[in-house]
Amino acid sequence: MTQAVEASGSIRRRLTVELVGSAAVLAAVLFLLVQNFARQVAEESQDNILTASVSAILESVSARDGDITADIPYAALSMLGTVSDDRVFYRIGADDRVLTGYDDLPVPDPGGRGFLTADYKGESVRIVSASRTLSVQGRPVSVTATVAQTRNGQAQTLARISRNALLLGIGFFVVAVAIALLTTRSSMRPLEDLTGAVSRRGPQDLRPVTSPVPAEMVPLVRSLNSFIGRLRTSLSRSEDFIAEAAHRVRTPLATVRAQAEVALRRVERPENRASLKEMIRAIDESSRAAGQLLDHAMVTFRTDHLERTHLDLRALAGEMVERLRPLAELKDIRLTLAEGPSAPIEGDPILIQNAVRNILDNAIKYSPEDSCVRLVVRQEPGGSTLEVTDEGGGFPEGPGDPLTERFVRGPNVASTIGSGLGLTIAKEVVEAHGGRLTFCNNAEGPGACVSLSFPS
Amino acid sequence: MREPMRFLLVEDNASLAAAILARLTLDGHVVDHAGDLTTADEFVSTTDYDLILLDIMLPDGDGCGFLATQRDRADATPVIVLTARSEVSDRVDVLDAGADDYITKPFDFSELEARCRAVLRRRAGTGSNTIRIGDVAVDPLAGTLEVDGREVALRNKELRLLEIFAANPNRIYAKSKLVDRLFSYDEDVSENAIEVYVARLRKHIAGTRVSITTVRGMGYRLTVS
Repeated sequence: MTQAVEASGSIRRRLTVELVGSAAVLAAVLFLLVQNFARQVAEESQDNILTASVSAILESVSARDGDITADIPYAALSMLGTVSDDRVFYRIGADDRVLTGYDDLPVPDPGGRGFLTADYKGESVRIVSASRTLSVQGRPVSVTATVAQTRNGQAQTLARISRNALLLGIGFFVVAVAIALLTTRSSMRPLEDLTGAVSRRGPQDLRPVTSPVPAEMVPLVRSLNSFIGRLRTSLSRSEDFIAEAAHRVRTPLATVRAQAEVALRRVERPENRASLKEMIRAIDESSRAAGQLLDHAMVTFRTDHLERTHLDLRALAGEMVERLRPLAELKDIRLTLAEGPSAPIEGDPILIQNAVRNILDNAIKYSPEDSCVRLVVRQEPGGSTLEVTDEGGGFPEGPGDPLTERFVRGPNVASTIGSGLGLTIAKEVVEAHGGRLTFCNNAEGPGACVSLSFPS
Repeated sequence: MREPMRFLLVEDNASLAAAILARLTLDGHVVDHAGDLTTADEFVSTTDYDLILLDIMLPDGDGCGFLATQRDRADATPVIVLTARSEVSDRVDVLDAGADDYITKPFDFSELEARCRAVLRRRAGTGSNTIRIGDVAVDPLAGTLEVDGREVALRNKELRLLEIFAANPNRIYAKSKLVDRLFSYDEDVSENAIEVYVARLRKHIAGTRVSITTVRGMGYRLTVS
């Protein structure tokens, strides 16, 4: 009854991938944010130092004797040099003249904020400039001080901070992945517990699931329980139905048959007797067919929900022999069961009784009067085998075993009533127990031998 | 079987009951019919029966309950349950409930008779039901014939034939009637088959005062000289 369920994705995998993915994105964002912030801080501090330097230089510029002199204080440049071995350039201009310094140093657009990043002498430099107006001989002169510094130190700082930020990001990612795995496992646990609880059940266990589950799984478990309930109802209904159908079909058939037999005893004319015999024959055929169809339905039903108990195949065979002995005696057939130790097997006693009864029924039916049907129970490694040997006509010779197909009867038994389901039922029962039904004709003498093997 | 036997038939289906009644009466048995458990209770408290045929699904209850009551009051009358349930379902339960045997509807009367015989044999043991005909003794349950102090085992059909004759000595039985009683309708036998069994019986009882004589054109009868 196990049917392959197509798995579309896995919650565990999806949850893990999503959690790990978001951890990766967060780690990357964290890294970029830290790096960006560090760059801003570094640039700001360089700008502040450069601004201070420019201010100091501007302070030192003075007009004397109609001339503009700049006495650059040591501190104005030394404050720039302390950080690293960055190179520093400066230029002081008055109006359009260059008073001192590098006259090709670019000057930020005076309308702007006074900051500029540019390439100078093959290096990237940060340039800051500021202006101040001096009065030289009563004439205003705009003095502009410009200081530039290479950005090696800042780049080094940035690289160091980036490395740390990367380590931080990786650390964050690793921790997040570990948390994701733990979370996934603990979220999947109730689902696994439920699966375990349901799949550990025996085939007849149709109780609702009562163990506590998380709120999210309550609707699922509720549906499952309602499904189990419906299954239980439908199973017991089909069992009842089979029993009820048997009752409904058999009682009227029994009436007709009994009446026909009574009538047969009363009528004299041969043609009436012949019709009555035909009638009884037809009733027997239909009742046997109906009975075995219902048996077959019940066997199918029970094999689907096979419940095994410890059995003794010998004791069971003995009961069936006692049960069928009166029938056998009608034809003076001797039913014998060879003595021996008990033969333990595992199985459904009602099903196995039915299989054995069908085989014995056949043996008695197809045996001539005054013959013998022998039963032998053999214990073998891993199981037990019941062998039923008769002295009847045997099975028709031919390949395969078509007789175990439904409604197939041997070509040599047309004169005996049968439905063709007996061997089918026996075979289904034996195979449902993991055993084997084999039959053959006796090597010496007439008759057939059927053996039913069951694992223990 | 010793004839006549007294049966109680507990069966709620009236037409089936009528048919079984007619059939058992034809064989010379005495049958009381109860349509429900209450009536059945009244019958068993006033009459001793040789055998009870009990339907299991009755209008006023389950036949198993009746069985249990019977066994509780230590009434050992053998019971054969008539069941219409599936072969595979709960027929074994009736044996646990105290029935001696069961038979599934619809049934062949010869099977019912065989089961009755088997039940009575188990219950009574052998030797307690001997029928005496002249200087011949028949034990129908053991299936043996005693002639001149020696015991002869009878085949099933020989025994039943002898029982039929012994129940009504001097009565003439037509071959066709004997075929009806001896053979199942699906055994396609001619009336001549009866001659075979009569011949065998004659051989068994040769030299006694009992003989089976042919009444030309009518059949056979058993006479004791």
